[in-house]
Amino acid sequence: MNNPQLDADGNLKHLLSIEGLPKRILNQILDTAESFVGVAEREVKKVPLLRGKTVCNLFFENSTRTRTTFEIAAKRLSADVISLNVSTSSQSKGETILDTVDNLIAMHADMFVVRHGQSGAAHLIAKHVPAHIHVVNAGDGRHSHPTQGLLDVFTIRKYKPELHNLRIAIVGDVLHSRVARSEIHALTTLGVPEIRVIAPKTLLPTQVEKLGVHVFHDMEQGLKDVDVVMMLRLQNERMSGAMLPSSQEYFKTYGLTQDKLKLAKPDAIVMHPGPMNRGVEIDSTVADGKQSVILPQVTYGIAIRMAVMAILAGGNSSTSSPAGAAA
Amino acid sequence: MKIHIKNGHLIDPKNNINDKLDVFIAAGKIVAIGKAPDGFVANHTIDATHLTICPGLVDLSARLREPGDEYKARLLSELQAAVAGGVTSLACPPDTDPVLDEPGLVEMLKHRTKQQGLAHVYPLGALTRQLEGKALSEMNELHAAGCVGFSQANVAITDTQVLWRAMEYAATFGFTLYLHAEEPFLAANGVAHDGEVATRLGLKGIPSAAEALALATILRIAQETKAKIHISRLSTAEGVDMIRKAKQQGLNISCDVSANHLHLTEHDIAYFDANCHLKPPLRTQRDKDALRAGLMDGTIDSICSDHTPVDDDAKQAPFAEAEVGATGLELLLPLTLKWAVEEKLNLLQAMRLITQAPANVLGIVAGELSPNSDADLCIFDANEYWKVCPQALKSQGKNTPFTGLELAGKVKYTLVHGQIVYQQPH
Repeated sequence: MNNPQLDADGNLKHLLSIEGLPKRILNQILDTAESFVGVAEREVKKVPLLRGKTVCNLFFENSTRTRTTFEIAAKRLSADVISLNVSTSSQSKGETILDTVDNLIAMHADMFVVRHGQSGAAHLIAKHVPAHIHVVNAGDGRHSHPTQGLLDVFTIRKYKPELHNLRIAIVGDVLHSRVARSEIHALTTLGVPEIRVIAPKTLLPTQVEKLGVHVFHDMEQGLKDVDVVMMLRLQNERMSGAMLPSSQEYFKTYGLTQDKLKLAKPDAIVMHPGPMNRGVEIDSTVADGKQSVILPQVTYGIAIRMAVMAILAGGNSSTSSPAGAAA
Repeated sequence: MKIHIKNGHLIDPKNNINDKLDVFIAAGKIVAIGKAPDGFVANHTIDATHLTICPGLVDLSARLREPGDEYKARLLSELQAAVAGGVTSLACPPDTDPVLDEPGLVEMLKHRTKQQGLAHVYPLGALTRQLEGKALSEMNELHAAGCVGFSQANVAITDTQVLWRAMEYAATFGFTLYLHAEEPFLAANGVAHDGEVATRLGLKGIPSAAEALALATILRIAQETKAKIHISRLSTAEGVDMIRKAKQQGLNISCDVSANHLHLTEHDIAYFDANCHLKPPLRTQRDKDALRAGLMDGTIDSICSDHTPVDDDAKQAPFAEAEVGATGLELLLPLTLKWAVEEKLNLLQAMRLITQAPANVLGIVAGELSPNSDADLCIFDANEYWKVCPQALKSQGKNTPFTGLELAGKVKYTLVHGQIVYQQPH
């Protein structure tokens, strides 16, 4: 079976999930993103790498942050960007995903950034589009959110460059989280030696340990001496019912407070993919505290998304550095 | 029409025949095996040199999609697929639209399938009205109309009181219940085996316990009511163990496994292959091994195709939204042969599971080539390979996890009532 994300020469063709990508590609994206961080600080925040290309944001599921950062990233690369909230248009009229995609192909889209509520949606589209069109998964069901996973390791690398020496805890609803899956694959691929997941059994998928993580149900044990705490969002509809009794009880047992954070290393950083539920999974004093890197995550998200799109559109990394393009 | 099938190798599990023998057919019946009856003059001779002659295959579960789902498949296309696969008798589940819970519908289906003159169709009636699991269907009326048993298709009866009554009522008249064992709450919204692959792919899982729990309920009530139960499409190792024990305890129970589950596991989903979205879900290697062992020791009685033709569009969706099912009638023989080769079984042992054994479950006279029985038979080349692809399939449903695979076992002729209803095109 061919890896659907790579072309015959082993270059990135689509970004669908972190799983299945070699360390070489992950580092290529991270290193390219590094060179894009500076672009935002220039007076003219644009490079012409995607000039004349049309990037189509195809969001079958609502999103503000991810869609906006993809839009900004594409615009900084000088692409023409169309953003479609399909959940509120054609899908409700009964059009299938692939019909929607075919229509946009007919309008000469060059790249699709896809978010969908069902796992595997981006794979389906990638299998369907002609060879010159690239697909970036911006989140599919519970499966994958690769740019989020990448921006998270990018952030970690900024603050804790020695990845091979880190202990990282991921806390919360791993079961429903595409972010957690992407983070886990990115961290294991890049050689982080110890990844922990901390959650009640109802919020952990079957055999999660097979992803290469250590399982904890107790925050105090799980957070002990970690370098990075990655919090996950708890969806409203899961706060009370058969998964959890109440958001209050969840906050007491798994919410990140200053007291609990003290168990981690003194210089540990705190991350959250957003949007946050303050007082449910994280206390405001932690979210806004000095160990929080939640806003830098958002900033780096743009650089990562620029890097991914530049690599996909440029074919290889040598043509996708902003310095080369600006010259 | 008198037919002489010569030079072929005859496999008839019912009569324990595994030998090079000629077959003589007259007036739709087998008139002799081995030596021609006195005065027999054939008007047609089939040369079966290097070929295997066996009873027509019997399939315990094939959806024909009529009435109601004609855009997925039609009676004619699926019955042509049946005979192209060597299947001459098949049972169809009642989950059509409308549901097979009215004698009139069953009569119409029987009548229309008979008109085609291809494979024999044995409808399974709905056990409860609309398959809702609430009120019993008119089992005697449906039986009189042609139903050979009663089924809930993939729908569970959640109310154990109703399940109990359904078994009692069916047992009163000696009807067999065909039940699929899956606890519906645990399986709710599930699309894959609850294990490593579902976790990686972010798919909602169906735990093995869903089968075990449903089986425990069914077996316990069957023990009380003495109902005759057939479990359709077993999928787990634990399920095989439970059936084995139930049989040892003397329960009147039988079961089958789909040919898909003998060959595939959760890992075949790979990158969200919607063709592997099946019911029950594909499970682990350990489960697959246990299902195979269950067939070997007789715990599992038969292999079915679980033929469920789906239109292409319905599969062009994200895994969970893609419709469940795969085409199977034309793959039952080659997949059974492949399994037999892998397990080093001889043809006699293998063919029993898709001829005599399922005929016994259905309580019909089929799947045998005894003198004076109906001349329903299949002639195939066990060593000829063919590639599974849409063009090679008669079924309107072209979706199968085996697309692209080369399989051995090519049907050359299929006869029903002594008529050649399928002949491989040259």
